[in-house]
Parts: sequence; structure tokens; C-alpha cells
Amino acid sequence: MNDMTQPNVAQKQMKIVGTRPARPDGMDKVTGRAKFGADMKVPNMLIGKVLRSPHAHARILSIDTSKARALKGVKAVVTSADFDDLPSEFIPAGEMMVNFRDMTRSIMAREKVLFEGHPLAAVAAISDAIASEALTLIDVRYEVLPHVMDVNDAMRPGAPLLHEDMYTIGVEPKPAKPSNVTKRVEFGFGDLDAGFAKADLIVERDFLTRPVHQGYIEPHTCLASVSEDGQAELWVTTQGQYIVRAFCAKLLGMEVSKLRVTASEIGGGFGGKTVVYLEPLALALSRKACQPVKMTMSRTEVFRASGPTSGARIWVKIGVTKDGKITAADALLKYQAGAFQGSPVQPGAMCAFAPYALENVRVIGYDVVVNRSKVAAYRAPGGPISEYAVESVMDEIALKLKMDPIELRLKNAAKEGTKTPYGPKLGPVGLIQTLEAARAHPHYSAPLKANQGRGLASGFWFNIGGETCASLNVGEDGTISLLTGCPDIGGSRASLSMMAAEELGVPLDSVRAVIADTSALGYNFLTGGSRVTFSSGMAVVEAAREVIQVMRTRAAKIWEVPLDDVEWVDGGAHQVSGDKSLPFAEIAKTAGKTGGPIIGNAAINATGAGPSFATHIVDVEVDPDTGKVSVVRYTAIQDAGRAIHPSYVEGQMQGGAVQGIGWALNEEYIYNSAGKLENPGFLDYRIPVCSDVPMIDTVIVEVPNPRHPYGVRGVGETPIVPPMGAIANAVSHAAGTRLTELPMSPPRVLAAMEARG
Amino acid sequence: MARLILSGMLKQLAHGVAEHDIEARDVRHLLRQLAERHPATQPYLAEEAFAVAIDGEIHQDAWLQPLEPHSEVHLIPPIGGG
Repeated sequence: MNDMTQPNVAQKQMKIVGTRPARPDGMDKVTGRAKFGADMKVPNMLIGKVLRSPHAHARILSIDTSKARALKGVKAVVTSADFDDLPSEFIPAGEMMVNFRDMTRSIMAREKVLFEGHPLAAVAAISDAIASEALTLIDVRYEVLPHVMDVNDAMRPGAPLLHEDMYTIGVEPKPAKPSNVTKRVEFGFGDLDAGFAKADLIVERDFLTRPVHQGYIEPHTCLASVSEDGQAELWVTTQGQYIVRAFCAKLLGMEVSKLRVTASEIGGGFGGKTVVYLEPLALALSRKACQPVKMTMSRTEVFRASGPTSGARIWVKIGVTKDGKITAADALLKYQAGAFQGSPVQPGAMCAFAPYALENVRVIGYDVVVNRSKVAAYRAPGGPISEYAVESVMDEIALKLKMDPIELRLKNAAKEGTKTPYGPKLGPVGLIQTLEAARAHPHYSAPLKANQGRGLASGFWFNIGGETCASLNVGEDGTISLLTGCPDIGGSRASLSMMAAEELGVPLDSVRAVIADTSALGYNFLTGGSRVTFSSGMAVVEAAREVIQVMRTRAAKIWEVPLDDVEWVDGGAHQVSGDKSLPFAEIAKTAGKTGGPIIGNAAINATGAGPSFATHIVDVEVDPDTGKVSVVRYTAIQDAGRAIHPSYVEGQMQGGAVQGIGWALNEEYIYNSAGKLENPGFLDYRIPVCSDVPMIDTVIVEVPNPRHPYGVRGVGETPIVPPMGAIANAVSHAAGTRLTELPMSPPRVLAAMEARG
Repeated sequence: MARLILSGMLKQLAHGVAEHDIEARDVRHLLRQLAERHPATQPYLAEEAFAVAIDGEIHQDAWLQPLEPHSEVHLIPPIGGG
């Protein structure tokens, strides 16, 4: 275990960290040279396609693939019969624990289809056209069953059951009958009754949110090649090549060492690419055909069959004294899991009241299955939903107490030493600093025009560390190859290179970061949880310190002096007791003669990730005739610990805000009465475009994380937590009535204003 | 002695007791002793996945994480992200 605690990290002077160099992947991306998932082609490649269920819920009576297999040009067909039925076993993926028994059924239906789009079979053929024709030749007989799409409907006695063997975990005694509730969770402490009894004002509200997709522009795609001796290669767009390897090896009964997975450049993931869909199918087809197989989802397949985040019903009740001190807080969360267990209700419950220092608090959560595609992680999974509801109630409290919303939050703000609702105490955190920065920002006091409203909300995400490896290889010319194991979806190659260069004292452009495949580096957990700049950064610094140690040792040998007579300063070895010095490149040039190649490696399980808080301010204008909401001004303020490359941090903040704007105002899945998705495309599933959003102003607050050598906190997820609450509060002020349902699309806003009278 | 603080289902299975003082050298040792004291917790500990917060710091895979004499320990769901 390593200890990278840096109690004085705030005072450390930096030459590279904190600057804004050009991004190393920029040239390839703007010229089209960058290789994304669908760009890979190999000789003899087949095209794979998936047959998907047209029904939301049905028993599979039979599948006949004989005609498809007989079609000229078809080289392989697979169904559930080609995958072992795995027992129930949980492993981590994204924020959720994944069950392998469920995963075998998620990638390919067995007894039942559980959502429209559920895979039933897959084919590999010599062309796209033949593969498509083969799908039409697969004969499936169904017994259509009633379906259920909403958590309240799914929880009612007598609701259609998705899984006959699902008994709710977390209730004692164990239920006598199965249901669609997979789990009940509870967090909290104190005495709620006593707390509410002390309150001068109690506000409680119900809220409804709908599933939203992560909106990555690049669909799921992969190319699998399995040879006759069982060795396999997989090229895939993913947030975690090691996770893909683990899942596919398990699903196909392979040894992990026989499967080499390479992550392509990625066109967005946001959590949605922390699971597998096509990959095991492509490998199974390739294994059968003994030819490479490429598979790419269409946009409609992405919407029908990949995981959005949960829709949810939330109830929140908060009691306060007349001067704004929270005396008790209570919440009930019901999250859709989709067709299989595993919604983010647990982190949602843990986050809900995390910005506040409370004495009496309870959050109860239910994980509920419904006939939709299984949810996948989406940026701070679960947190935006619960915190939207809590921040809305806080806003209503401020209004009723005639109290400034920032003052209300400052009065109750969590800080170092605060006990979180889920138990542990916080270390140093920056919520108060973000609130104070918001109060001081010109946006907060700018005048509003007619039909405009201003809203504010704070947000929290834990951030994580986890298993991480890094390798620094010093070339004979003194340049450095940095191998890292987590796909770069937020600029990590730049920030990791900067930390390596800073630590070594060498120019930044002498460090080149590469994302390793699974055969080149030890295990790395996926890119998610806002962990990479923190964890990979920690590993890179450790590897750099090993390189420095080797460099000093070589200099000591060259000068024939003791090691402690050599110090490392500004990228070179210097004799302490004399005037000898050797720059980095000189030591590298003679490495072969002084002991061999110079490398530094690190393999850690990073701990000490610091949470990140944010506060957002937003102004909206509501058209009183149509209910259309326009975002006219937006300011995002967040604690980054230490911004390694501020432009990337700002980009994360802006991106999260924009996704939150879409979630708040427009995005939702629209199903018909048969449980079929009616808007599986970007034309009708409306994500924000440039003309929908103003320039997002950003303020980076830095409360360093003492457990990281550069004070880093993860920043990628927190930015999506405050927007829905801030926007709902702004719309509520502009419309003169509280909106409690997302998205706040024009018809809903108009109806709310008309109901207000 | 480390102080293990339980909530939710585990607290119920431990006869409603939230705080448990346990002499343990590491997390695995701590959980074994909890299961010995309260056998009803054992299936839940075996089937559910946990992260462990030790004095406020969250460890995702923490079997051998050492405990100090006055460590405060919470079992929480594993945290990932997107």
C-alpha cells in the first residue's frame, strides 16, 4: 500500500500542473486520424447483427435459426444456447454490482424477453445486407405477457412479474411471495420524530423523473477475432478494457490471459460504456465462424437496447427552524432498474442529503425492475435524481422563510468533520467555498427581466480510487513513454503527462501517454467514478518517483559517490557535496552501460479519493404562451482539489451542466401502450445543441485533497448533479409555481402555469 | 478496539445494535468477528458487496486494510460512477 498523503500540497509550487498546454489527442481528432470503435477493419471480416424482441414482455416458446444458418453468406448464428447459464455472482461495474446470471440473460434472452429490443439471436455474414436478411429468417414464437413500465405500477400487488424468483432483499422477514422489488436499502441516524417536532416549518413534496440516455454520439461497436487455438482479440469502444475482458472471459468460459482487449478512442461514454452488449456476441460469433466479426449498434438500437439511467419517484420531507436550521430530513426513493436488478438507488440514497450537516436523517430506497432495458451508469449515478428533489425542497423552504437560498445552505453546509447520512465523516471539502463563490459572483446579483427566474442548487459526488497501474519507460533519447490503463474520456492523457513531467522535472512534450491494452499493463479498473486523474495520477507519480530513484542511482554510480550525495532537482541529478550534475537525457543515453533500461512501475489500489461539491446558478426565461424554457445564463462553480489542466476541468463542468439542461428540460423516453419506444433517435429524443445553451461560465475552487500528491479531486461527475435542481428552481420562480416533474418540457410548464391560474 | 457502526439491514440483523466495539487487526478479521457475534449477519455479509470507510476514508476492496485501536468503521455499498 502506498501513502501519498501531502498535508502541504496547497503550498507546492508547480511549473506544469495548472497550465493549459495543447491537448495531445487534438490533432488526430480534428483531422479524422483518431481510430474510434467503428474505424477498425481487418481482412476476412464478417458483419454481425442482432435479432431483437419486438415485445416488452413475452415468454420465448421457440427459436428456429435453421433458415438463417442455411442462407448463403451466413457464417455463424448464436442464441442463448451458445452461452453457459451462469450462477448468481456479483462483481463491480460502474457504480453497480453486476450479477452474472442476469448478465447472461441481458446479452441474450433465455426464458423470456423482458424489454423491447432484448437480444434473442445474432448472426455473422459476409455482408451487412446478408446479415440483415438472415435476421428476417429467424423464426421466434412468443407468448406475449402483460408488461409494466413505472415503479408504482411494478410495486403494486398483482403486478406482472418479471422474475418469478425475485424476493426483496433488505426486508425482514424475507417476503413470502416474489415481487418486482429487488432490494430495499436504508441509511440514516438520529430521531426523526423528535427532529420534526422541533421544526417551525416542514415542507414535503413528491417528484417524478424519467429515464434519460447518456447521449454519447458514438454507438456501441466492437471487432472480435477468435483464432482456432482460442486466442482472442477484441477492439472496442469502452470505458474499461479490463472490465470488458473480465465480463467476456466469464461469459464465454475463457481464461483472461487468452483475451486481449484494446480500447479505441471513445466518442463519449458517461457511464454507458461500462457494461457489455455486443462484445460477447461478437466473440461467440467469431469463435464459431473462425473469422473476425464486427458489430455496430444503430442509433435506434442504442436507444432501445442500451442502458439509460433510472426514472424515479422521490418523496422528500425537510423540517427547519424559523431561522433556517434543518432539524430533520426524510426521503423515499423508488428507482427503475430496467429489466434486471441494479439501479443506482443506493448511491442516490447516500447522496441525497450529503451537502448538509444533519442530526436526524433517513433515506429509504427501493430498486424496482420494469420492462425497459437494464439501466447503466450515467455520471454520478443516482445522485442527480435524489439531489434534484432535495434541492427543490430546500429552495421552497428558502422561499417560505424569505431567506436567501445561499444563506440557507451555508447555515446547514457539510464541512470537514460532518457525519454524512451514510455514516463516515467527511475530510476537507469545498462546499462552503463554492457557496461563497456563488454569492460573490456577479451572476448572483444581476437583475432579471420579465418572465425570468433564477435558481441555485448544490451537489455532491463521492469520487473513487481503485486498482490502477502505470508504467514510465525512459527512451534512450530521454523522452518518456507513459503507459496508462484507463481509456481517456476526459483528457487524462494530458493531465497524466503533466503530472509525470512535473514530478520528473522534464519538459511536457518529452512525455507521451498511451492507453495500454489488457496484455501490456496490470489490471486497471474502468474510467468512471471520476477516478482517473486521481488514481492514475497517483500511480504515475509513484512510477515517476521510481524513475527518479533509478536515475539518482545511475548518477551515483557514474560519479562513484554514495546515493545520498545525489539529489534530483529540475529534471537532473545534482551532487550535494560538489558541483557535478547530469541532466535526464544524459543519464538516459548511457542507461545501457549503467545497468539497463530505466523504467518506473506502479500497481496500486488507490484510496483517499476526495469528494467534490459544486454549486450552480442558472437564469431561465419562460415563454408564458408556450411554456418553452430558455436558459439565458449559467454559472457552474466546483471544488476540483487541484486543477491539473484547468481547461479540461472547465470542460467537464460545462459538459455536465449541458447534460443536466437536457435532463431537466427535454429528454425522456416515450413509450406507447405496448411498451415500445417511440422516439429512438436524436430527432425526437431531444438533447441540447449549441443553440439551446448559453456560454457556461465556470469557477474552479481549489480545496486540495491531502491524500493525493497534487491535491486532486475527481471532477467529472459532480457537474451533472446540481443542474436539474437549479433549473427546476429557476423555472419554478419564473413560472410562479413549483414544478416537480422532469423533464420540464413546454407542455408540462404550460399546464403548470395554467393550473396556477 | 475498532468501532464498527452498522445501519440498514445489517443493523437489523445485529439485533438492532448500531455500534459494535471489536478488537480486530484488519477488516477481514473485523467482519469475521461480527459474523461470530451475530450469526444472522453472515449470509448478508457473504452475499452483498461492501466498501469500507475507515475513519472517513473509503476503501473499495479492503480485506487486509489494517485497523488502528480507535478506528471508526462503516460498511457502505460499493461506490462506482459513470
